[in-house]
Amino acid sequence: MQRTSFRLAAVLAAGALALSACGSDDGDSGDDGDGTGAGGGSGDGITIGIKFDQPGLGLKDGNEYTGMDVDVARAVAEKLGFSEDQITFVESPSAQRETMLQAGQVDLIFATYSITDSRKESVQFAGPYFVAGQDLLVAQDSDIAGPADLDGKILCSVTGSTSAENVKAEVPGVQLQEYGTYSECVEQLSNGTIDAVTTDDVILAGFAAQEAYAGKLKVVGAPFSTENYGVGLNQDDDRCEDVNAALTELWEEGTMEQIIDDNVGAAGFTPNPETNPAEAGGHCA
Amino acid sequence: MTELIEEYQLLDAFWMTIKLTAYSAVISLILGTILAVMRVSPVRIFEWVGTTYVTLLRNTPLTLIVLFCSLGLWGQLGIELASRDSPTFIVDNGFRLAVLGLSVYHAAFVCEALRSGVNTIPLGQAEAARSIGLTFTQSMTQVILPQAFRGAITPLGNVLIALTKNTTVVAAIGVAETAYRMKAIAEFEPSLLMVGFAIVALGFVILTLPMGMLTSYLSARLAVKR
Repeated sequence: MQRTSFRLAAVLAAGALALSACGSDDGDSGDDGDGTGAGGGSGDGITIGIKFDQPGLGLKDGNEYTGMDVDVARAVAEKLGFSEDQITFVESPSAQRETMLQAGQVDLIFATYSITDSRKESVQFAGPYFVAGQDLLVAQDSDIAGPADLDGKILCSVTGSTSAENVKAEVPGVQLQEYGTYSECVEQLSNGTIDAVTTDDVILAGFAAQEAYAGKLKVVGAPFSTENYGVGLNQDDDRCEDVNAALTELWEEGTMEQIIDDNVGAAGFTPNPETNPAEAGGHCA
Repeated sequence: MTELIEEYQLLDAFWMTIKLTAYSAVISLILGTILAVMRVSPVRIFEWVGTTYVTLLRNTPLTLIVLFCSLGLWGQLGIELASRDSPTFIVDNGFRLAVLGLSVYHAAFVCEALRSGVNTIPLGQAEAARSIGLTFTQSMTQVILPQAFRGAITPLGNVLIALTKNTTVVAAIGVAETAYRMKAIAEFEPSLLMVGFAIVALGFVILTLPMGMLTSYLSARLAVKR
């Protein structure tokens, strides 16, 4: 009997340890006010939500973060007065972005975040800093030139994204396969199982620019929608206009063009000149 | 709330969940029974195959199995479970791959549940069956399995309830069931997210509660009195 209760106590103690370890982890990454991780100066750090799995836009590679959104985030944070080592990057998957902002887990989100009216009900947006357009990624030798050629073809996108719903409405004959991430779609495209992948052109360009798919895939280059990429902020955050000013400066200085070319230019992608440079402003709460 | 249910076709989504559950339950019950018989059979190689299957499948994450069915079986190996010319090819293919993944995974649990049922039967019964001249098949189908099923109703019911909730995993390969629609709500109606959660949770309780009650009722009613 005594032995049993001793074992029980040991298990409970281990559980309590594990729980408390979780708690302190959350505190570090979620709370921007503790200032322990920031290298002096103004004291507070800034937590920025990015994608961890989108090559060319937001990618975590070991301890390095690369991509267009990451570079824009760094440039904006610098203009807001934060140094490189005060920035904490965390992953903000598409479906959790509003929740993370509302819960204060992140200060800013740079994660191919389209400004929409329904999202503006729960968060506010600075920007847009880039206007993307929905496009198609196809095999290099494919003859698909736009959504009209998709009738009877298999198109891939991710679950719960606007792009899939758009095409479904436009071309009813298309068959839609959905996965959790674009990587899975692109994998299925490169092995020939499906015919096309759809989402914003800049995201597709990021995949086409990957070394593994070099020469295999191409972006069709006929964008058929406009997606205004904004910076997500909590509705009570008063830095929205400051972020707008920083974004406008980045375009004026030419930094933005440089960032785009460095990250997604490898596959010959250039931003749609009709819609870029984007005019930041007008979406703050 | 009704608007949310209508706009995101939550009733269709729940129907899909029920279909996934029903098909997978039947297939995994058949497969699990075969595996359980293999595991208790006197033939060494069958026993080994059954044990290996259960060990491998039971300890692999379901997400991995379901993704493998789509990316591996379909993508890499080109195995298609529907005709490519059919206008509903993707829907059918995805559904069948999902049922396949769910079935092979839960068959391992069904097998173990049934084996626990077999273990409730005194060894003397199997020996008696053999000594009156019944073959292995005869003693299995007429003596052991009928009692094993009755003794295993509670664990089998638990597997069924787990299966119902595990169907949400197949949203990963784009089957339009409940979790898939919930992702859409999270994306397009972030302000109604909590309402969406509540509806989905309630829906699953409505599905699984009767299963639990039926399990308790049947296990009390059909228990083998010894």
